[in-house]
Amino acid sequence: MSLGSESYQLLSKIATNDQHGENSPYFDGWKAYEKNPFHPRKNPQGVIQMGLAENQLCFDLIEEWIKNNPKASICTPEGVCKFRDIANFQDYHGLPEFTSAMAKFMSKVRGGRVRFDPNRILMSGGATGANELIMFCLADPGDAFLVPTPYYPGFVRDLCWRTKVQLIPVHCDSSNNFKITREALEVAYKKAQENNINVKGLIITNPSNPLGTTLDKETLKSLITFINEKTIHLVCDEIYAATVFTSPSYVSVSEVVQEMKCNLDLIHVIYSLSKDLGFPGFRVGIVYSYNDQVVNCGRKMSSFGLVSSQTQYMLASMLSDEKFVDKFLLESSRRLLKRHDKFTKGLEEVEISRFPSNAGLFCWMNLKKLLKEETIEEELKLWHVIINEVKLNVSPGSSFNCSEVGWFRVCFANIDDETVEIALQRIRAFVGKETKKKIEVKRWQPNLSLSFTSTRFDENVLSPHNHIIISPHSPLVRAT
Amino acid sequence: MSLENKNHQLLSKIATNDKHGENSPYFDGWKAYESNPFHPTKNPQGVIQMGLAENQLCFDLIEEWIRNNPKASICTPEGVNEFRHIANFQDYHGLPEFRNAVANFMSKVRGGRVRFDPDRILMSGGATGANELIMFCLADPGDAFLVPSPYYPAFVRDLCWRTGVQLIPVQCHSSNNFKITREALEEAHKKAQEENINVKGLIITNPSNPLGTTLEKDTLKSIVSFINENNIHLVCDEIYSGTVFNTPTYVSVAEVIQEMEECKKDLIHIIYSLSKDMGLPGFRVGLVYSYNDEVVNCGRKMSSFGLVSSQTQHFLAAMLSDDIFVDKFLEESSRRLRERREFFTKGLEKVNITCLPSNAGLFFWMNLRGLLKEKTFEGEMKLWRLIINEVKLNVSPGSAFNCSEPGWYRVCFANMDHETVEIALRRIRAFVNGREKGKTVEIKRWKSNLRLSFSSRRFDENVMSPHMMSPHSPMPHSPLVRAT
Repeated sequence: MSLGSESYQLLSKIATNDQHGENSPYFDGWKAYEKNPFHPRKNPQGVIQMGLAENQLCFDLIEEWIKNNPKASICTPEGVCKFRDIANFQDYHGLPEFTSAMAKFMSKVRGGRVRFDPNRILMSGGATGANELIMFCLADPGDAFLVPTPYYPGFVRDLCWRTKVQLIPVHCDSSNNFKITREALEVAYKKAQENNINVKGLIITNPSNPLGTTLDKETLKSLITFINEKTIHLVCDEIYAATVFTSPSYVSVSEVVQEMKCNLDLIHVIYSLSKDLGFPGFRVGIVYSYNDQVVNCGRKMSSFGLVSSQTQYMLASMLSDEKFVDKFLLESSRRLLKRHDKFTKGLEEVEISRFPSNAGLFCWMNLKKLLKEETIEEELKLWHVIINEVKLNVSPGSSFNCSEVGWFRVCFANIDDETVEIALQRIRAFVGKETKKKIEVKRWQPNLSLSFTSTRFDENVLSPHNHIIISPHSPLVRAT
Repeated sequence: MSLENKNHQLLSKIATNDKHGENSPYFDGWKAYESNPFHPTKNPQGVIQMGLAENQLCFDLIEEWIRNNPKASICTPEGVNEFRHIANFQDYHGLPEFRNAVANFMSKVRGGRVRFDPDRILMSGGATGANELIMFCLADPGDAFLVPSPYYPAFVRDLCWRTGVQLIPVQCHSSNNFKITREALEEAHKKAQEENINVKGLIITNPSNPLGTTLEKDTLKSIVSFINENNIHLVCDEIYSGTVFNTPTYVSVAEVIQEMEECKKDLIHIIYSLSKDMGLPGFRVGLVYSYNDEVVNCGRKMSSFGLVSSQTQHFLAAMLSDDIFVDKFLEESSRRLRERREFFTKGLEKVNITCLPSNAGLFFWMNLRGLLKEKTFEGEMKLWRLIINEVKLNVSPGSAFNCSEPGWYRVCFANMDHETVEIALRRIRAFVNGREKGKTVEIKRWKSNLRLSFSSRRFDENVMSPHMMSPHSPMPHSPLVRAT
């Protein structure tokens, strides 16, 4: 419409640029899923969603706790007497019982090897909000943060969009298991300086998304040494900390700074309950900073994204139940390990290699040998085949800015066992180890449907509102 | 310490400037309250908090609804089967039932005279987040928005701090009841243009904070014409729309543009929240409603930074779509607000203190110009300190709202119970009448049976719990700690 270009000037630059990240070809997989979503009974030939890093394995434990703890809610008969206090509470320090419980939980996730000070805990709008908040505190428009590749695609939106900070990739590749080397850091840093770009810090994700690996202590120490020498910040996104399911055991930056001489003013941790507990809807983003000024300023900024007091209150209760937390963390790890093993065994059977991992809700799969040429175009071509023919939505490595082609991230914790089986069958068929007859997707047996949360699928697939939403399950509609 | 300078450069400019707004002298009232907070039994001589625009008059209605509607919660036996679906839901479109319920509620607040499209509703982190979000969509750093004074102090933080936008006040005066005149708008706009400042829009608060008045239709129409002619945006903060308790009837911008065909709808945006109308500031329900498709599109992506907790969306979807409850709530809330305001202002009339006539809001705009020794802002601040330290009431001085005339004070009346209102009135009367030497202010002893009507547990928590006095939370009840 003629108002188009007028509109263009009417709005801000931020509103009209692409830095929200949603126009990448990455979106195609979502469209395919949306048009044809898998359902065990209603649409068994549909696209299986394996591009969403969600943790749905332990809701039964949570539901049991909820049933046994009615006082955790301000809406139960047992808890409603607290309603007005909680509904009225908007203090940006947060409910004291909430910050205490979070501090305790974060400590338990790290095996009790670190203690966290509740007064350093800041809230924000999910990890999305937390990532943005820390940038607003540490960097000016035009400043840069180094980020090892491959990395979470949403970082562009979270760290750069409204802050106008830029990201400088630090390339890692499989030749040394995607290790973040001192050399790679120095190269990236030097290049930035030569281009007169002011590097304010380094952001790492540990455990890594998409690799699913944890950093070893030596690497962490070398990172800390690096940022210390340059007097730049280290932001550690630890939102997958409790998804570690096998050795090596997790080493958090908080642990390492206890053992080293380090300028603590440079150290900041991002946390969330979206992955570890499977609560992305509750928007619990946390910034934990060792820098007093950042805590002070960040706390004022948290007004833009405080956690709902209703949710703070419930989580305060749940996370301070030590028995429950211990049991949950143990069981969650166990189930993740089991699911991971089931899936990776299946891949092994068709000789699909994947990056050995000990954490995360996904698997970093190597399909290089299936590429005609080692180019991004071929990777995207293969990806479209996987979506349209194999009917699996996985995420191509290029969307994570991976410097090597052929890698794909496959999420395995957001579906049930039967769906994993079907996905593996489809993969097997695709890779050609099955007999060369038509791909026969096993018919869904009626008694298996009881274990499947069909209500959720009905809501997502069949409800009339679906047509309004273009891609309700796109990774950017969620923060993924 | 030597590291501080280094720290100063270590952090961003945003982190080290003052635009969060918390260093104003306005804070002194809070410190006084914090160090000596009123409690009916434990500290009857303490400072009464009248600087917080909270709505605590109708919690009983909400609590009753909750007891009767267990399915609204994902934590009750009746509702827990929805837990996993809700906990997992992070779609920035929001729960459809939530958006529908909010659209329905907003329409009812406007007497059904307007319909809202649920697809134009965006979420953000409270009104605080909503204000910031709309700025990020409409203006670049350095751009300006006109804002009629007096205005909400935290607009500086919400609209300017991280966005880099600047505010240009449009002065309004008591001589014509603080009306927003065409002349004042034109003058402010012209001045900005002369200084090469790019004005992107005008933001109004209707009903007004701190005035408590609603704009009449003609004024709204003239404002809409003004922004239309100048091709700038109009952002209408309507977060007090459900607190209208008297005539004139509320007219929302949404109503006016239905009647003005020539108005470019792409310029019209509404900010809403449930913090004031329903008294739920803790739930962080901020909403942006835009008639501009691009803004909806972009704003929706931005809402990822401050979505409403799905647990809260689910709960409110149930409550706000209960038409019978909503109708009853809105009516009763108005009634109680009107009653409360009348009781207060009648009490003030007895000592010849007048207030700006108002029909909305959780506060009134009190005129103490007659009590100023000097008719200056210093005089206003002096009187204010007296009110805090001797009368022991925390009210908000007009200068904090950028008022162009000294002597006005905002007094909140909906965040306390009836007995406390009486005590506050008594103190004011004593202050105005008295100042007689030797006459001490007699504060009626708290009758033990009155305690039952008083939510003492809440006061216990707020007054006695250790966190309030902790060095790490010096201002737990400051207006900026809350969004007020």
